[in-house]
Amino acid sequence: MSVGDIPGVTTVETETPAQAPEEDMRPRKMTLNMGPQHPSTHGVLRLLLELDGETIVSAQPDIGYLHTGIEKEFEVKNYQQGVTLTDRIDYLAPLSNNLCYCLAVEKLLGIEIPPMAQWTRVMLTELTRLNSHLVWLGTHAIDIGAMSVFLYCFREREDILRIFEMYSGQRMMTSYFRIGGLALEPPRGWQKRVRSFIDIFPSRVDEYEELLTNNGIWIGRTKGVGRIALEDMLDWGVTGPMLRAAGLKWDTRKSQPYSSYEKFDFEIPTRTENDVYARYLVRIEEMRQSARIIKQALEGMPAGRWTADAPHVVLPEREKMKTQMEALIYHFKIVTEGFNVPAGEVYQVIESPRGELGYYMVSDGTAKPYRVHVRGPSFANLQAIPEMVQGTLIADVIAAIGSMDFVLGDSDR
Amino acid sequence: MTLDELQALPTAAALISGAPGAVTSGKYDRQELMLEIAAERIVSACRFLKAEQNFARLSTITAVDWYPEEPRFEVVYHLHSPERNERVRLKCRVTGENPEIDSVTAIWRGANWYERETFDLFGIRFRNHPDLRRIMLPEDWEGYPLRKDYPVTGNRV
Repeated sequence: MSVGDIPGVTTVETETPAQAPEEDMRPRKMTLNMGPQHPSTHGVLRLLLELDGETIVSAQPDIGYLHTGIEKEFEVKNYQQGVTLTDRIDYLAPLSNNLCYCLAVEKLLGIEIPPMAQWTRVMLTELTRLNSHLVWLGTHAIDIGAMSVFLYCFREREDILRIFEMYSGQRMMTSYFRIGGLALEPPRGWQKRVRSFIDIFPSRVDEYEELLTNNGIWIGRTKGVGRIALEDMLDWGVTGPMLRAAGLKWDTRKSQPYSSYEKFDFEIPTRTENDVYARYLVRIEEMRQSARIIKQALEGMPAGRWTADAPHVVLPEREKMKTQMEALIYHFKIVTEGFNVPAGEVYQVIESPRGELGYYMVSDGTAKPYRVHVRGPSFANLQAIPEMVQGTLIADVIAAIGSMDFVLGDSDR
Repeated sequence: MTLDELQALPTAAALISGAPGAVTSGKYDRQELMLEIAAERIVSACRFLKAEQNFARLSTITAVDWYPEEPRFEVVYHLHSPERNERVRLKCRVTGENPEIDSVTAIWRGANWYERETFDLFGIRFRNHPDLRRIMLPEDWEGYPLRKDYPVTGNRV
């Protein structure tokens, strides 16, 4: 029986022996349904595994359990309202999604964002990267049996979420980046909070490394596991740290800089071993590089406005609304009907913690997007699972899919 | 832009001579190159771009519904060459009545899920696709939600 024949949610099935019992010496194949409610699938991923003993004969990922029709919903919201939907796509990297969406609309509008807003965006997006990588590291380590790493990672994640809360009032669904700049002026005292975090963070990364990098069990479970050739990954559309762990030095922040990333000094870490351990090392080094970027943003933060000079897009200040007729009119128009965006189409790409995040946006000249397509990195990355785990042991599947760092909200949308 | 104007852009010029008859028009807008491809030539155009022009990656495939225009659907391909640090968007028009186009899974295996998603949400069939079935929605779902004539709210009767 092939994997595809099994209807609905099947637990365990064995092939019935066609031959007489004494001749039944050939290997039996078993189909195992892993997920959608399995702790190590990090969300609702269903994997149909065909097993020969403990060896994977074939694997078939099944997604769609978290499909919420976000792309359709964009079409009935005006542009500024759409920002709140982007948080819910990749819920571990909400600000990356905010950023990519806003950049796409701003590209269509052709408005210039002031340096202060751009730098704040870079700083918060890098904090998002840390947040996402910390959740990944903690849960990946738990999957493999290293319990304590999780507690260390979530300690620092809490600090990051508190910074987000300080900025936006929200810990996860921040919606802090808006078309035309930021939602609010950065809060008083943000420098102190970010500095106290970033001063201590590199030493915390050392702590994680002490727990894992030379840990015999960790190395035994991850080295040489989950290999897949670089050409195959490119073919499947895999992006992000997985490619960098296979030696491809490609990062959108460097190759197609956006939001003034070109003004920051950082390295793109790469490895060549192309296994779960190499992906771990790449992400650890990415955390150190993100910390460098945050420090530069903190120290060199330009002064100025946090919103663009575009009165038809950005809500006016409260004070102006009380004194200026035009400001009141703009406010009324933006709130009641939104703003029209020139007809056209763009494909905006950024480097999310998981890889290439792209927003393809089509405008027909009205106040609502005609079509928004989200190219989530997890969707393409998940496609490579069968090739990655074929022929390996079932325990390695856990390590291999953990090293992909996918978010099902990002793939199902 | 007409074909003559497109000759000034290296990728467009290469595709026009490398896959004759494929490019029908194009546009260079906001630093993004878009080429309209005749739907029946999409496979040869993609094969040429991958083999001869180093577009190793297929970023995404999706569609846009221009209902009630005809041909109704636009299938959109985003290609990327990490080596040349260049991106290109290909678009093909397909009809609203029984929409069909050739699959590019033979060129990039990663096209598989993107074509399934487009089939699932728009109802565009991809010929020669190895496993064309719904991916996001349940197998027995009726209708194609991202079509413009599919309502956003309401109850099923």
